[in-house]
Amino acid sequence: MEKSMKINFRLNKTLKSNIITYGIVIAAYIIVQLLVNAGQVSNLMKGLLVPICIYTIMAISLNLTVGILGELSLGHAGFMCVGAFSSALFSISMLDAIPNAGIRFFFAILIGAFFAALAGIVVGIPVLRLRGDYLAIVTLAFGEIIKNVINVVYIGKDASGLHFSTKNAMALNMTKEGTVIINGAQGITGTPKNSTFTIGVILILITLVIVLNLIHSRSGRAIMSVRDNRIAAESIGINITKYKLMAFTISAALAGVAGVLYSHNLSALTATQKNFGYNQSIMILVFVVLGGIGNIRGSMIAAVLLTLLPELLRGLNTYRMLIYAIILIVMMIFNWSPKLIDLRKRYFHKNRAEKERA
Amino acid sequence: MMSFISYFINGLSLGSVYAIIALGYTMVYGIAKMLNFAHGDVIMIGGYVVFTVVSTMGLGPVAGILLAVILCTVLGVVIEGVAYRPLRMASPLAVLITAIGVSYLLQNIALLVFGSNPKSFTSVVTVPALKLLQGKLIISGETIVTIISCIIIMIGLTMFIKKTRAGQAMLAVSEDKGAAQLMGINVDGTIALTFAIGSALAAVAGALLCSAYPTLTPYTGSMPGIKAFVAAVFGGIGSIPGAFIGGLLLGVIENLSKAYISSQLSDAIVFGVLIVVLLVKPTGILGKKINEKV
Amino acid sequence: MKKSMKKLLSLAMAIALAASLTACGSGKTSETTAAGEKAASGESSGAAASGEGSFKIGGIGPITGSTAIYGQAVMRGAELAIEEINADGGINGAQIVYNFQDDENDTEKAVNAYNTLKDWGMQMLVGTVTSAPCIAVGAESSNDNIFQLTPSGSAVDCAKFENQFRVCFSDPNQGAASAQYIGENKLATKVAIIYDSSDVYSSGIHDKFLSEAPNQGIEIVSDEAFTADNNTNFSVQLQKAQDSGAELVFLPIYYSQAALILAQAKQMGYEPQFFGCDGLDGLLTVENFDTSLAENVMLLTPFAADAKDELTQKFVTTFKEKYGETPNQFAADGYDAVYAIKAAAEKAAITADMDASAICDALKTSMTEISVNGLTGENMKWSKDGEPDKAPKAVKIVNGVYTAM
Repeated sequence: MEKSMKINFRLNKTLKSNIITYGIVIAAYIIVQLLVNAGQVSNLMKGLLVPICIYTIMAISLNLTVGILGELSLGHAGFMCVGAFSSALFSISMLDAIPNAGIRFFFAILIGAFFAALAGIVVGIPVLRLRGDYLAIVTLAFGEIIKNVINVVYIGKDASGLHFSTKNAMALNMTKEGTVIINGAQGITGTPKNSTFTIGVILILITLVIVLNLIHSRSGRAIMSVRDNRIAAESIGINITKYKLMAFTISAALAGVAGVLYSHNLSALTATQKNFGYNQSIMILVFVVLGGIGNIRGSMIAAVLLTLLPELLRGLNTYRMLIYAIILIVMMIFNWSPKLIDLRKRYFHKNRAEKERA
Repeated sequence: MMSFISYFINGLSLGSVYAIIALGYTMVYGIAKMLNFAHGDVIMIGGYVVFTVVSTMGLGPVAGILLAVILCTVLGVVIEGVAYRPLRMASPLAVLITAIGVSYLLQNIALLVFGSNPKSFTSVVTVPALKLLQGKLIISGETIVTIISCIIIMIGLTMFIKKTRAGQAMLAVSEDKGAAQLMGINVDGTIALTFAIGSALAAVAGALLCSAYPTLTPYTGSMPGIKAFVAAVFGGIGSIPGAFIGGLLLGVIENLSKAYISSQLSDAIVFGVLIVVLLVKPTGILGKKINEKV
Repeated sequence: MKKSMKKLLSLAMAIALAASLTACGSGKTSETTAAGEKAASGESSGAAASGEGSFKIGGIGPITGSTAIYGQAVMRGAELAIEEINADGGINGAQIVYNFQDDENDTEKAVNAYNTLKDWGMQMLVGTVTSAPCIAVGAESSNDNIFQLTPSGSAVDCAKFENQFRVCFSDPNQGAASAQYIGENKLATKVAIIYDSSDVYSSGIHDKFLSEAPNQGIEIVSDEAFTADNNTNFSVQLQKAQDSGAELVFLPIYYSQAALILAQAKQMGYEPQFFGCDGLDGLLTVENFDTSLAENVMLLTPFAADAKDELTQKFVTTFKEKYGETPNQFAADGYDAVYAIKAAAEKAAITADMDASAICDALKTSMTEISVNGLTGENMKWSKDGEPDKAPKAVKIVNGVYTAM
């Protein structure tokens, strides 16, 4: 009787925590929608709603790799890139064939997730054999490779179908009426703007459902056991490769979904160092580390805060990025320094102790 | 055939710059066990100091390099003390992110102080180029000086680590921080010294990088920093001769793939080679295999 | 950290976020801490009072990041023009208030910058500086019907919508013009190209040059690219050009890379004729650059800082006094953009209390009716599709100075 009560209690705790997480998202959504409808939200904020969703999904998906799987990935933006380009290509090609934006976008999301997952498997198989910093460097390498390759892809469409080239637009050999869809480094222009805040929040919730359920499932526990002690896990017969690959692929697929949102939010999509290179991967990593490795709710909040921060600092113009860098360093030291954490514990502990005495 | 040798030699030039940056990277990683992402930007600051001294103040290149070494050393020690030391006991990921913050900080300070307009750097190298085979093959003075500097630095570092107490302390800290502390080694001081040396090397690397590729912007150090890190891993991170070989190899592979495969995909190919090498030899070319004890 | 503490902190952060959502919006007239004399400020109102009776012009471009030189140049050129106009009484009697926002040459940030300016109450947009952000912002500005004049966005799509106009040449235009110039003046029959395949400007010109070359009797013997990540070592590209026997090397690139190419070519002992486009402008003013390396370089440029005409001289002198450096064609583009707006605004007789959409409708028509004598072109006229009709001037660098050819 007691044992089952204990188990029930534990289940309730995780369920409670999950519900709180979903609750925060839904509550935020409702509050924001109310404010938007009341006209209280600035254009800047309205424009930032979808990017916030994008980076939240990215942060959650990276936390799956870094926090749950325990491996440092510096190439996560590459999966976002794959998702973005594959879905944009699909959307533009199907503009006439599927005029209903909702259905077309739905398929675009599936396609983006699929190709990103594929990329995840292709990258994961060699990468997951390595460990630690070597794995990190290889993920960075893959991220850069993906970006560089996409920059030399030329795809055009004319009456006779799709043409493909890696040299330049002329080599596509299309008729005059053909249009170039992916113009090498100039990317894709004219993607329909299908991303909305509502869809973004729905995707965040779906991401949360997938990740939180994975964490609290048998597979999740197996993955975490691999993270905590690889040798012990191996010795009790857990198929390490399978679980590592599973986590990595799911993480990549989710990043691909974020990429779909990204590409359907801007009419000019290019793969630059800034948005799909290691700079971006590192930015997402900052969200994850700041929010707490393994802490899904934390990375959500960090993603929102750090996406808003440079925009809120626009008043400072030339000093903006400088202040951002300083805030980042200060936040990191404040949150992670063992000495400061001790100081905080003692201070708060002292306060609580005093309160209890009083 | 002549073209091939030409490409190869240019690859060595490129690689020598990567090598000298990689040496600093690998030193700091090997001993403090952290990826100092800000290394590339300390190089950039070194470049700007030399530029200011030589071109704005009109003093000679030697004064420039000297001042750059001093300033960068101080900068490195300060960064370590303020940003990295408080996080030393925390997860290595935390230090990595803070290093990224420091990197942005240095870039933006340089942007504010020096502006975004590229500066044309006057080479600090006065050694003339080596012209072989009736001028068909040219090895630039910068390449010669960079490779010789690499070799001197390698020998210097190896002797320092083997023969001096401070060097031995560094070795001990790299093997086992806790044990080293128990043995009475001042871990804080040792790591500070590591950063000092690494940053001094960065200053020299900055002068040589900008001499070989005479354009200087606040973002000049970023990509070479990453490539040098790749080179260090390539050669086996923590290994000093590994950094040297890794750097040279990386430069040669990059140049040859630019020449014979595709100039747009050369970076992708370099990264691809890195992946293949790491799959075959996971600890890099000269890296040591560390056996994990249960 | 204690659990209750954690919960409290999460709640506090959530509240802060909600507060910032509403607080950081409505008409943030960013009273910028104008940093230092040389550093760029975000807003210059000259002698203006904000609010009633003043035109709000917004600007978007990169003032941080590796392309910051272009954004800062455009911003300064525009600022100069606005100060002059304000001192002179403004447009139709109303002063101009200027607000420049950083886009870091990133499409997403550019849209954020655009939204920030919309919140501020922007009525006209001088921007963006680079092409990809220009296209992204264009989709927004055409939806909102806000007048957009890009000083330097050169991709064809930058003037795609009705509300978009452009001051500089379009890429295909320059590519074709370059090929024609080389062909007509019989400068060379064997030409090598070195271009930046990761840059919209460079690839655009390259593609058009490639397709126009056969019509001009030009044989492309070597066509090599580099990327933004790998733009310091050009030994391979130069070697290939040399090995292929090229007499002329076409460089549709920006001046920072061109400076390196010239230095490396000299080191190799390779001395072909170099020919570039307006991106090369600014080459001679790179700090500490050995201008003898640029001797005999030919380029198509709309602007020459050492031109002897009064307008240019006045601009260069004032610019140098204010910012301490010689302006390049980006600054000139920014300057001309503002004066073009002034001319169009006066022609359409718009007033400061009109809303952005009404202003846009008025300007769309009046832009096609004006003619502007600017730094970057005499008698510039615009067609309905947003393109200026000016012709590029070919100059050659002799003794470190542009000389007409």
